[in-house]
Amino acid sequence: MTEVKPVLMQGNVACAEGAITAGVRFYAGYPITPSTEIAEHMAERLPQVGGVFIQMEDEIAGIAAVIGASVGGMRALTATSGPGFSLKQENIGYAIMAEIPCVIVNVQRMGPSTGIPTAPAQGDVMQARWGTHGDHPIVVFSPASVYETFYLTIAAVNLSQKLRQPVILLMDEVVGHMREKVLIPEVGKLLVEKASDEIPPDWKPYDDKGLAPLVPFGSGHYYHVTGLFHDESGFPSGDPAVVSRSLERLHGKLEKYRHEVTFTSYIGHKEPRVAIVTYGCTVRSARAAIKKAYWQNRWPVGLLSLQTIWPFPAKEVEALARQVEMIMVPEMNMGQLVGEVERYSRGRAEVVPLNRYDGEMITPDQIFDQLRRWFA
Amino acid sequence: MVRVEHLNQTFLRTKKLPHIWCPGCGNGIVTAALVRAVERAGFAQRDVVIVSGIGCSSRAAGYLNFNTLHATHGRALAFATGLKLSQPQLKIFVIMGDGDCSAIGGNHFIHAARRNIDLNAVIINNYIYGMTGGQHSPLTPAGRKSTTAPAGTLERPFELLELARGAGATFGARGSAAQPRQLEQLIVQGARHKGFAVIEALSPCPTYYGRKNRQGGPVEMLRALKDSSVSVEGASGLDPAELSEKLVTGVIYVKDAPEYTEQYYRSTGKEPG
Repeated sequence: MTEVKPVLMQGNVACAEGAITAGVRFYAGYPITPSTEIAEHMAERLPQVGGVFIQMEDEIAGIAAVIGASVGGMRALTATSGPGFSLKQENIGYAIMAEIPCVIVNVQRMGPSTGIPTAPAQGDVMQARWGTHGDHPIVVFSPASVYETFYLTIAAVNLSQKLRQPVILLMDEVVGHMREKVLIPEVGKLLVEKASDEIPPDWKPYDDKGLAPLVPFGSGHYYHVTGLFHDESGFPSGDPAVVSRSLERLHGKLEKYRHEVTFTSYIGHKEPRVAIVTYGCTVRSARAAIKKAYWQNRWPVGLLSLQTIWPFPAKEVEALARQVEMIMVPEMNMGQLVGEVERYSRGRAEVVPLNRYDGEMITPDQIFDQLRRWFA
Repeated sequence: MVRVEHLNQTFLRTKKLPHIWCPGCGNGIVTAALVRAVERAGFAQRDVVIVSGIGCSSRAAGYLNFNTLHATHGRALAFATGLKLSQPQLKIFVIMGDGDCSAIGGNHFIHAARRNIDLNAVIINNYIYGMTGGQHSPLTPAGRKSTTAPAGTLERPFELLELARGAGATFGARGSAAQPRQLEQLIVQGARHKGFAVIEALSPCPTYYGRKNRQGGPVEMLRALKDSSVSVEGASGLDPAELSEKLVTGVIYVKDAPEYTEQYYRSTGKEPG
């Protein structure tokens, strides 16, 4: 067993500490509320561990430098919020296409546009999925607590390395700024999944078979990295067969490892008639509502919380829809992930959204009142 | 000939040739000067990285047998900044076009200069966006025509090397495809310089800039480049009116200032990683 010690920590700091625990040694970014504490903490901590912190001239440069450092063999992360996340989209697409691992943290705030920098919201769910152009796969995690932030950041770094794909950590202002207890394991014991240093003799940077490791620049293996469609060797190709195969490989890679990137958890009644599906800070209110509804009132209700929102946990939601009459989807937006829940419920359960978009959290009472109406 | 064979076999991805550039384009001349400069500077091949942006000139990266990173439009210097900090021993050449570097990439250009990070920016300036079919850039001289300035552009151009100097660059040089030996020497000097080095390489685009502005074919354009060139020494004897017609070539400025990567690791007292 790994030694653990309890620490009181802010969500943004937990993200930074989780990253360092997972071996991140490079941070480049631009200050933006409510994510700035991640940069501030990295600025202090990275130099202590032989890492690099650099404040770049803009958001675009932040993600660009992160990709550059990753090509150089350093695990790299950047953090931002809504407006900055919009600016980073082109280079997120580059990292997907060129298969360069990196983690992008978006501590969501109320939008659109400048919106309310200090108010919480969950409006970037679809942007995290489809923000960059082209038909691309993506992994997006959404933590509900400081504890989950720490561990999901580690998972994001490790899976990004393994799959050679950018992973997005979609936090929100509530989780980013709250302080909570976290159990920190002894560093280095279980959390850094190290890639093998051995380079296979027939190594190709974009091998069709399996997961080809990224060989850092400077190690004597000369290859080309580009955002153009490319063949196994990395060189541009417009051959329709190469193009379709590349895109299928990108999507297929994620499909193959879907079980490793899907994190969900369920609490409540074993045979629920009503279920709540939600993510991020809204899980906290849903959990409080479930406590009252199930533990106090013994209503047959349950909560499926999604730590992974993309790729959407289709199987889990489909299974749930077979069990229940109604699925409630509380979200701090005008209805984004509810569409996916509907899609995979396939008409088996009634899907009811519960939305709030005034810069305030959905309260446990709001959720409980909806449940009461159902059971009344 | 032996040297040429050696350079071709070692530093060019000959299987990727022929290149995509138009007949008469100067990009090949500048790329060849870069290859010779890398060899002359004596860098180990594994330490050399080519980073480029998007545009005609940036396709050079694909033909060069090093680790090569063909980045996004305008962002090559920002990618290179991260890469350099992750592996300070790398000798990074950043190939950009005039639009790539000074329009969409203008912010990264001045900030790389401000940090004085040890990158070698080679800007192939042909006064035009070639890949998209002939639009003017921030380096196109005022009054010149492009597909998006049919009556001639009203905008005044940047003086690229002065822009870099003002932002903090510590090495600035100008050469052209008309004088490839000199250009090679300038790239060597820039590469050996510790700090942000800017090498502006003027280059003909007969297909778009030449045709739009009645500059003649490749031979006429190269001849015009050569005829208007004057060395730094030669320029010192000219009066301002004469000088304004000229293209001053050579090392325009060199100065000493702390280099960012070295400063960073000295401040942390740690080795990278």
